[in-house]
Amino acid sequence: MRVLWAIAEKDLRIEVRSKVVASQVLPFAMIVLVLFGLALDADRATLRSFTPGLYWVAVLFAAILAIQRSVSVETASSAFEALRLSGAAGWQVFGGKALAVAAQLLAVEAVMALGVVVLYRSSFDDPVLVVTAAVGATVAISAAGSLYGVLAVGMGVRDTILPMLLLPILAPVLVAATRAFDDGLGTAAVNGWSWCGLLAFFAGVYLVVGGAAYSVVLEDA
Amino acid sequence: MTHVGYLVAGWGIVLGTFGLYAWSLIRRGRALAARVPADRRRWMTTDATEA
Amino acid sequence: MRPSTSSRATRLLGAALTVGLVVLGLFAFVFTEADLVQLDAVRLLYVHVPVAILSYVGFSVCAFGSAMVLWKRSTWWDITAAAGAELGVLFAGLTLVTGAIWGRPIWNTWWEWGDVRLMTTLMMFLVYVGYLAYRRVVPAADVRARRSAIIGLVGVLNIPIVNRSVEWWESRTLHQKSTLGELKIEDLTLFTLMLGMVVFALVFAWLMIHRFRVGWLEHQAETVGLVAAMAERRAQRDAEIDEALAHPGVSSGSDR
Repeated sequence: MRVLWAIAEKDLRIEVRSKVVASQVLPFAMIVLVLFGLALDADRATLRSFTPGLYWVAVLFAAILAIQRSVSVETASSAFEALRLSGAAGWQVFGGKALAVAAQLLAVEAVMALGVVVLYRSSFDDPVLVVTAAVGATVAISAAGSLYGVLAVGMGVRDTILPMLLLPILAPVLVAATRAFDDGLGTAAVNGWSWCGLLAFFAGVYLVVGGAAYSVVLEDA
Repeated sequence: MTHVGYLVAGWGIVLGTFGLYAWSLIRRGRALAARVPADRRRWMTTDATEA
Repeated sequence: MRPSTSSRATRLLGAALTVGLVVLGLFAFVFTEADLVQLDAVRLLYVHVPVAILSYVGFSVCAFGSAMVLWKRSTWWDITAAAGAELGVLFAGLTLVTGAIWGRPIWNTWWEWGDVRLMTTLMMFLVYVGYLAYRRVVPAADVRARRSAIIGLVGVLNIPIVNRSVEWWESRTLHQKSTLGELKIEDLTLFTLMLGMVVFALVFAWLMIHRFRVGWLEHQAETVGLVAAMAERRAQRDAEIDEALAHPGVSSGSDR
């Protein structure tokens, strides 16, 4: 577990120094929210009722960038080879990378939440449900994304192949997170906690699958 | 018969697609078979070390 | 006869499925009656239902082959998995198209969000389109086999998740509850549906065999090409050495 934390800490330190997620991914996510407002003709009632879906689509786009960043940190200096030779188990590397991506994504989501309150006049009727759903969805996105991110390593077309592979896999997360937020924001009468359960299941599946498959993929990274 | 247009479209697209795909497979197969020596054109092998 | 992926078995299979398609056509358009509700649109189900089921067979072949690749590290299984995925994508695409064509007169819409089977088929189609796109960008055969095996396996794991999430998302579905399960359909219609399953299964088998053989030939051609390139390079190098020995002191132009 120490190795896992060390890898997560390394990635987060790199972000603190480089501020790529803060200076590029977060503004991109905010731009997407603004564009949605412009595209939907800025009718406040419409935006408010569509907030959960728009929010999570923007998060998915931001996640693609964050995951690509997470992978490029290692490929830039052939660090994957160093990780392989370090003797760290595949699941430890996977866990550390996924944890770092999740932490960064949660920070982006927190700022985006402020964004939807201001831009879409949304309100959080059930903050506990909203935070739980966000954590569950973020863990699922980070786990699946970290696995697929390293699968795209070494491909000249990484930037285009990663979204194509990852987004269909994350479609159920989008559905579940949107419905949970619908309940949490009071935009629809659904049972948000059931959807949180599905998110937790999804997160569990991808944490297990990612941990098991990572060492195989790391061989070739 | 009702919905004739839909029936023609549905069945036509399916059979046409299969026909086109089959034709492209045969064509690719012929082009590749010409490049591969006869002794390597064994269809069934369970040799796990082929990897 | 030119060498090809055909064999006696595939020619027999091809003959059988040709006869089968003609017989199916007769049953679908001549012997069976139109439905009371769907009218003649029901005749689309004789192609839509088999093609839908066979798309999942293709994805299952890919998933099983992928598991075998990770276990046995076998090229044979890698080629089988790729063939299964390609057929799965083809059949799933046709399922979506025929489903839309059937849905238009019956549901008055080309598309229905929230229908479980439709969304699951669409997701599987997209996942395996990604799988096929991925296979085209990985140059090294062994790396391609392992990595796409993971994508192929993970894709299949997604099926129950997509199913459950869409089911909850929209509790109503326009899709008929299991065309086969409730046996409300008349005997001849059921027979024609079963006949459609058999005939399109033969089509699937024929395509699968040919697609596997094409994949096998591609693999062999790569290897043959590599061996030939290495032999050519060796011959070139030998010629350079002979030239250097024959004319010592003159630069050969290649600095090794």
